[in-house]
Amino acid sequence: MTNIHSTAAQMSDALSAGTITSVELTEQHLDQITKVDKQVHAFLHVDRENALAQARDVDAKRKSGQKLSALAGVPLALKDVLAQKGVPTTCGSKMLEGWRPPYDSTVVAKLKQAGVVILGKTNMDEFAMGSSTENSAYGPTHNPWDLTRIPGGSGGGSAAALASFEAPLAIGTDTGGSIRQPAAVTGTVGVKPTYGAVSRYGLVAFSSSLDQAGPCARTVLDTALLHEVIAGYDQMDSTSINAPVPQVVAAAKKLDVKGLKIGVVKELSGQGYQSGVLQRFNEALDELVKAGAEIVEVSCPNFEYALAAYYLIAPSEASSNLARFDSMRYGLRVGDDGKASAEEVMNLTRHEGFGAEVKRRIILGTYALSSGYYDAYYGSAQKVRTLLIRDYQAAFAKADVLVSPTCPTTAFKLGENVDNPVAMYLNDIATIPVNMAGIGAMSLPCGLAPEDGLPVGFQIMSPAMKDDLMYQVGGTLEAALVNKWGKTLLSDIPVLAGK
Amino acid sequence: MAGISRDEVAHLARLARIEMSDSELDHLATQLDSILVAVASVQEVAQADVSPTSHPLPLTNVTREDVVRPSLSSEEALSGAPAQVEDRFKVPQILGEE
Amino acid sequence: MTLTYDQAVIKYEPTLGLEVHVELNTKSKMFCGCATEFGAEPNTQTCPICLGLPGALPVVNGRAIESSILIGLALNCQIAPFSRFARKNYFYPDMPKNFQTSQYDEPICVNGYLDVEIDTDEGKMPFRVEIERVHMEEDTGKSLHVGGETGRIHGADYSLLDYNRAGIPLVEIVTKIIPGAKKYAPQVARAYVTELRDILRSLGVSDVKMEQGSMRCDVNLSLALAGSGALGTRSETKNVNSLRSVERAVIGEVIRQSNRLETGERIIQETRHFLEESGQTRPGRSKEQAEDYRYFPEPDLVPVVPDTAWIETLRGQLPERPSARRKRLQAEWSVPDKEMDSLVNSELLDVVEETISLGAEPARARSWWLGEVSRLANEREVAPTSLITAASVAEVIVLIESGELTDKLARQVIEGVIAGEGSAKEVIEKRGLKVVSDDGALMKAIESAIAASPDTAQRVRSGNIPAAGALIGAVMKSTGGQADAAKVRELLLKHLGQG
Ligand SMILES: [Mg+2]
Ligand SMILES: [Zn+2]
Repeated sequence: MTNIHSTAAQMSDALSAGTITSVELTEQHLDQITKVDKQVHAFLHVDRENALAQARDVDAKRKSGQKLSALAGVPLALKDVLAQKGVPTTCGSKMLEGWRPPYDSTVVAKLKQAGVVILGKTNMDEFAMGSSTENSAYGPTHNPWDLTRIPGGSGGGSAAALASFEAPLAIGTDTGGSIRQPAAVTGTVGVKPTYGAVSRYGLVAFSSSLDQAGPCARTVLDTALLHEVIAGYDQMDSTSINAPVPQVVAAAKKLDVKGLKIGVVKELSGQGYQSGVLQRFNEALDELVKAGAEIVEVSCPNFEYALAAYYLIAPSEASSNLARFDSMRYGLRVGDDGKASAEEVMNLTRHEGFGAEVKRRIILGTYALSSGYYDAYYGSAQKVRTLLIRDYQAAFAKADVLVSPTCPTTAFKLGENVDNPVAMYLNDIATIPVNMAGIGAMSLPCGLAPEDGLPVGFQIMSPAMKDDLMYQVGGTLEAALVNKWGKTLLSDIPVLAGK
Repeated sequence: MAGISRDEVAHLARLARIEMSDSELDHLATQLDSILVAVASVQEVAQADVSPTSHPLPLTNVTREDVVRPSLSSEEALSGAPAQVEDRFKVPQILGEE
Repeated sequence: MTLTYDQAVIKYEPTLGLEVHVELNTKSKMFCGCATEFGAEPNTQTCPICLGLPGALPVVNGRAIESSILIGLALNCQIAPFSRFARKNYFYPDMPKNFQTSQYDEPICVNGYLDVEIDTDEGKMPFRVEIERVHMEEDTGKSLHVGGETGRIHGADYSLLDYNRAGIPLVEIVTKIIPGAKKYAPQVARAYVTELRDILRSLGVSDVKMEQGSMRCDVNLSLALAGSGALGTRSETKNVNSLRSVERAVIGEVIRQSNRLETGERIIQETRHFLEESGQTRPGRSKEQAEDYRYFPEPDLVPVVPDTAWIETLRGQLPERPSARRKRLQAEWSVPDKEMDSLVNSELLDVVEETISLGAEPARARSWWLGEVSRLANEREVAPTSLITAASVAEVIVLIESGELTDKLARQVIEGVIAGEGSAKEVIEKRGLKVVSDDGALMKAIESAIAASPDTAQRVRSGNIPAAGALIGAVMKSTGGQADAAKVRELLLKHLGQG
């Protein structure tokens, strides 16, 4: 018998075996949301009726003997940055309050195609800008491990929904770490696939050359199952990879790393990292060695410039991507008194509709692109990007995958870094190089930091279009750790586990 | 290189079409200053012989066939419009050129 | 004392620059699959992409690229081995994303030229216009300004937007600065735009209808003291929408600028609007500061890298250059210069060529199209080619040549075809428009004419041949114009002993 604490794979088996229906499973999760979401605030919109309708549809198809995909009937939480036809899509912003897209993003279309039940839309930092979900216009999400702490960001809602058993699967998006950092601080699994592996069509753009949607779950296998549903070539996205999706499910099941070389990135595991984070990271490395992998040290000397380059490129692209929110065609409109000009109304709307972090990045990006500063800022940042790609090429010549702690620290307190953008940005120091180079990476839990009892994330980076490698290593490490602990990490989560 | 004045921030806010009060401008100027100090390091390594990368994957010539696909209905197109008149988006008076 | 145009161009030398925007006639838009038909109901040819809805992404129309390359090849340009789209950022309500996706520093074609011929006091003179670039971009939506006293944008109460035109592919063709045209600057401008239009039409890439806005011209003009070798400050006159207006706009600006310079005033670099009624220009938006468009490479699109094989295939598709074709046809048909000019100016060259290819004699084909058909078209205020097909005109001309129709009958046939009475054959049948060439019937009519005017007949008998005209006229009248006048003359003279 499955329940909300089961894995998606177990739920899938139970649905196939007929020991539970999708409607029952969906109702269990909707009940859990009702029970805990007042405290966690993972969801911005719970789409009860549609979810149940989808579940009924899958059950009917299954009854009629139709062949269904592995995840058909399994519930999922969708980050509110992906367009879903007719369902509110706010991106955590006042600007889009009440907006219901007239179209489905490709990710949503693929989920629907696969019969995955979409429970609702999850909370996020406004327009995916942030590392704590405190920048949501609809209030912060709380970390289920400790409600006074941040769940990470920008996809804090999706990660918190997983950790509080409101959903076994979730979709996140990762521009500089927004899937991996929330996964790390909530003890869940999150994957940022290779850039171009998952279509961006219908993903409301923050930084187009960095954004990538990806799967989130509580186990590596569940993440892989979801990966195979959402990945693949899409003609609607010019930057989509026209090649077969790597066999990530098979890789996640391999449970073998013999002969693999695992590169520890020197620059991502030293100074500035919390000691408990480093301790758990090193213990995980030991498990990989025991499993037959070879550990090598690699150096990526330009990584120290990655954060700076990111905080020029991402705001630059964002300043342009977010220009369309001008109140003319959709969304909030402020100050239209019949006398004000369109320009004045745009100015007032954007003043009211955007939060502080979004404005800060738009202004920063406008500056970096403006004449006279372009070469020094945006242009230089794009050159750093070239250097980061070279660093990765050199490192991947020595190792099959690269690893690091996902974040320098465990979850910090809500409010702690709110008005200190530079300190806040440091959270993404280990995740950002991945986006800059367009490669894939995963975060999976590697224990609780001894000093605060909070989850620590282990990051595995694989070369572009070789996403299967991180699943292979991640699956092996997860099995070794669960074996060592005798239980999963999340079985220790307090209160909200509902035990 | 860093150091940004309130007037410069006001100019950027105009370019970005964001109304800002004096206190917001002051606050933002201070914050941008510290951010720009932090990001200026990119100039240390951005040598002339390094080519810029604007796209993480080296794709080229991605095109679609010149085939008409269904459009939205005008109701769908206008479904999010703050105001509309006779299937057109209604917007405040546009100042500027004709 | 104000300067006239003739006085102005003695003292000042004009330098021209021409920017032509051409809407391509692709079936779908530049970056989405919406139709491009002119005159559709508002906002029915829009989708998430061309409305700039959050999450939507562009994909380039392949035919638009090919059309652009064809244009570049026809204008003797180099096709760039690497070209890219950029974002041109500025806010305007008719532009859904608040940036225009346009090529900027990496256009698809560069460095070409176009040779034109201009009429001068010394006859026709060749003139080379150098082309700076040909690049691709997208059109904006259309705004309708409602209320206010003038119905104009200033003082309007509000505006209404239709985005059907938004995203239609545009090609912008920009000349280098054109010095040395001197007093012929207006002719050079007109000849260039005319030749360009003819080339675009021959390539089949655009409808090039200036009155519908599918071809729009901006005229840049500056003046410098003659012989100074300096370059003055330019004005940019927007959307000049006929060939004649191109010429008039140049004249208008030469007069305006020279008179400003005469009174010691500065020329301001500004956008101006052409006034159709007066031929003058008026200032457009005065820019408090230069626009800062913050161009950067469009991250949602990938570079266009045409290979040599592709370019050469397209080169093989280039049609005969219109100017060369005109010269060839003029020689083939032995048409005098003046008549050829009027044929070209009346835009009937294509249809005349087609008529000739269908068997009509060249001189007749020309005169029927320029004469009768044009006259009927003028009465109806439509284009001659919209009234009747080349095939029908050719059919009529062939019948004239074989003697089955007289010119007078032919006019009736053409009238009938235009009135929708059927094909030429059917009209002849229905109206009974057969030439009376039966000698017996004609002789009867001749004899009655002689009987009616015995004196005249006598004068002819005694050698006064011109007097036969009256008798021929009488015969023609009595046969209702269906007699072949030449035949009547021949029979009559013979009968009166003068054959
Ligand atoms: Mg342009
Ligand atoms: Zn469209």
